[in-house]
Amino acid sequence: MTADTSHAAPPGGTLRPAPPGRGGGRADRAGRARRAGAAGTAVRTHAWFTPWLLVAPALLFLVVFNLWPSANTVFLAFTNVKVLSGGELVGLANFERMLTDRQLVVALTNSIVFMLLCLPFLLLAPLGLAILVEKKLPGIAFFRTVFYTPVVASAVVVALIWQWLLDDRGVINGLAQTLGVVAEPIPFLTDRWLVLISAASLTIWKGLGYYMVIYLSALGGVPRELHEAAAVDGANAWRRFWSVTVPGVRNTMFLVAVLITVSALRIFSELYILTDGTGGIGGQNVSVVMLIQMYARGFSGNLGYASALSLLLFVITLGPLLLIARINRRS
Amino acid sequence: MGTTNAAPRTPATAPPPTRVTARTGARGFSTISPRETVVRYGLMVLVVFLTIGPFLWQLSTSLKGAAEDVYTRTPSFLPTSPTLEHYVTAFQAVPILDFAGNSVVVAALVVGGNVVGATLAGYALARLRFRGSRLVMAAILFTLLLPGEATLVAQYLTIRQLGLADTLLGVALPGMVGMINVLLMRTAFVAIPKELDEAAIVDGANAFQRFWRIGVPNVKGMIAVITIFAFIGAWDDFLWPLIVLTTPDRFTLTVGLQYLSGVFTNNPRIVAAGTMIAFIPIVAFFAVLQRYFFRGVDEGAIKG
Repeated sequence: MTADTSHAAPPGGTLRPAPPGRGGGRADRAGRARRAGAAGTAVRTHAWFTPWLLVAPALLFLVVFNLWPSANTVFLAFTNVKVLSGGELVGLANFERMLTDRQLVVALTNSIVFMLLCLPFLLLAPLGLAILVEKKLPGIAFFRTVFYTPVVASAVVVALIWQWLLDDRGVINGLAQTLGVVAEPIPFLTDRWLVLISAASLTIWKGLGYYMVIYLSALGGVPRELHEAAAVDGANAWRRFWSVTVPGVRNTMFLVAVLITVSALRIFSELYILTDGTGGIGGQNVSVVMLIQMYARGFSGNLGYASALSLLLFVITLGPLLLIARINRRS
Repeated sequence: MGTTNAAPRTPATAPPPTRVTARTGARGFSTISPRETVVRYGLMVLVVFLTIGPFLWQLSTSLKGAAEDVYTRTPSFLPTSPTLEHYVTAFQAVPILDFAGNSVVVAALVVGGNVVGATLAGYALARLRFRGSRLVMAAILFTLLLPGEATLVAQYLTIRQLGLADTLLGVALPGMVGMINVLLMRTAFVAIPKELDEAAIVDGANAFQRFWRIGVPNVKGMIAVITIFAFIGAWDDFLWPLIVLTTPDRFTLTVGLQYLSGVFTNNPRIVAAGTMIAFIPIVAFFAVLQRYFFRGVDEGAIKG
C-alpha cells in the first residue's frame, strides 16, 4: 500500500528538505497536493483492497446480523418453523391467521393508544426543557446531566421503580387516600386503560431528557440575530417562541414526532415489567412486540407466526421512517 | 434620607428605563435579567425533583428496615433506621454479582466492537473512494429502517445456528458493529479538511498512516459519543438477552432484575435494592463521561 502512494507522489523526503530560503517549497507541495486530490483516478492514493479491508468487519455484521435476518424474517413468515423442528412452507397461512387473531387486535389497539398518549407530551415538554437549559448559566451542566439521567437508566429499572410508585399500596395511592382524593386505591397496574396510561407516564418521564438533547442541538442552529431582531421589534418572549423558535426547530419537531411514534409502536419492556411479564389480565395489555416475544419464546415457539408479526411491525413503522428520509432530503 | 433622595432622582431616571429595557431585550441573549435567572433556576430545580424523586424514593425504600412499614398511607421519605440488609439479601438470594459481571462482559464486547468496527468502516466510507461504496452506504441506510424487534426471531435462529444460544457472546454479537455508529463515524471523518489528507499523501503517507495519524486524532469526540451510546445500550438492553439467555447464572442485570422481582414480589425493599445495584453503575459511568457527551451534542454529533 505504501508503494502506491510513493509512485503517485514523490516521497516526502524530496520535498521536506527544501531550503527555507526557497520559499516555494510549501506552495509547491500544496499545489501538488491539490493536483493529487483533484485527479483522483490518475493518482492512486490507496490500493484497491484497502477500503475493503477497513469496511470488512462492518460489512460482515451488516450481512450476517442485518441483511440476512431481514431476508430470513420474510422467508420464515411463510413457514411454520418451530424452534426445535424445521417446518415447511405454508403459504399465506400465517397472514390469514393474523386477520382473525383477536389478541393482535388488542395489541395493535394498545400500541396505538400508547403512542397517542405519548406523542403530544413528548413532542412539546422536551422543547420547553431544552429552552430552559439552553442558556449557559452557572451549573447548567449539572442540570442537563440530571435531566438526562432517566434516559440512561434501563427501561427495566425505570419500570420497576414506577411499579412500586403506582402499586395499590404504594406512595401515590397512599398519599391520594390520606389526602382523601380517593377512597379505594386506583388500579394503576391492573385496569386495562390505566396500565397504558401508567406505561405512557413512565415513558414520557424517561424520554424527556432524550428529546431535550435533540431539541438542544436544534436550538443551537436557530440564528441568534433572529431573536435579537424580534426583541428589538418589541416581540415578547411568548411571541418570539412562536415566531422564531418554533419555525427554527420545525424540522426537528417532525423528526422527534417520528422518533416518538416509532419507538412507541415498539414498546415492550415497560408493559412487560408493569404487568410482571403477563401482558395484563387475560393478555389485555400486550403490545405487538410482546406478542412477537411470546410466540418466539420457549422450545415450542411458533417462529413462523412470530416472523409474520415481525413483518407487520416493520410495515407499520416504515411509513413514519420514510417520512424522516423525505424531510432529511428536503432540508 | 433615602426617601428624600429617591424622590428627585425618579423623574430624572424615568425616561431611560424604557431605553434600558429595550437594550437589555436585545442584549438578553448573552446576559439575562435577574428575574429571568431566578425563574429559570426555580423551574430547573422543580424538574430536578421530578426527575430524581422516583430514584430517591426507590433508594429510600431499599434502605428501610424490615420492621418499618413501607405500605403505610403516611409514608416517610427518610428511613427511620437505614440498613443495607436488603442489599445483602439480594446478593445472597440471586447471583446478582454474576449478573453485573455478565453485563460488564456484554457491554465491553459491544463497546470494543463498535469502536473498532465503526471507526474503520467510517474512515473508508468517508475518506477513501472505492467501487461499491455507494452500495455499502445504501445497505447501511436500509438497516436504519428496520426496528431491531422486527428481526428478533431470525436473529435468534442465527445465534442458535452459530451455537451461541444461552451465551454472553450470543447476547453481544449482533450489536457489536451498529450501522448507526458506522454512519456517525463517517460523518465525523467527512468533517476533517481534505487538505490534511492531501498534504499527507504528498508526504507519502499510506492509507493506514493517514487513518491513524490524521483521521483518528480528529474524531476522538465522536468515538467518545459512540462509546457512551454503545455502553448504555448494552447495559440497558432487556428484550434480546431475555430471548437468548435461559440459564439464570448467565443472566445480565436487566434480565436478572426481572427474575429478582419475580422471586420477591412481596418485598419491595429487596426489589428496590436490586434496581439500585443495576442503576448506580450506569449513572456513575454517565456522570464521568457526560462532558464528552454534551460536547458531542454541541458539536452536532446527536441530531437524532
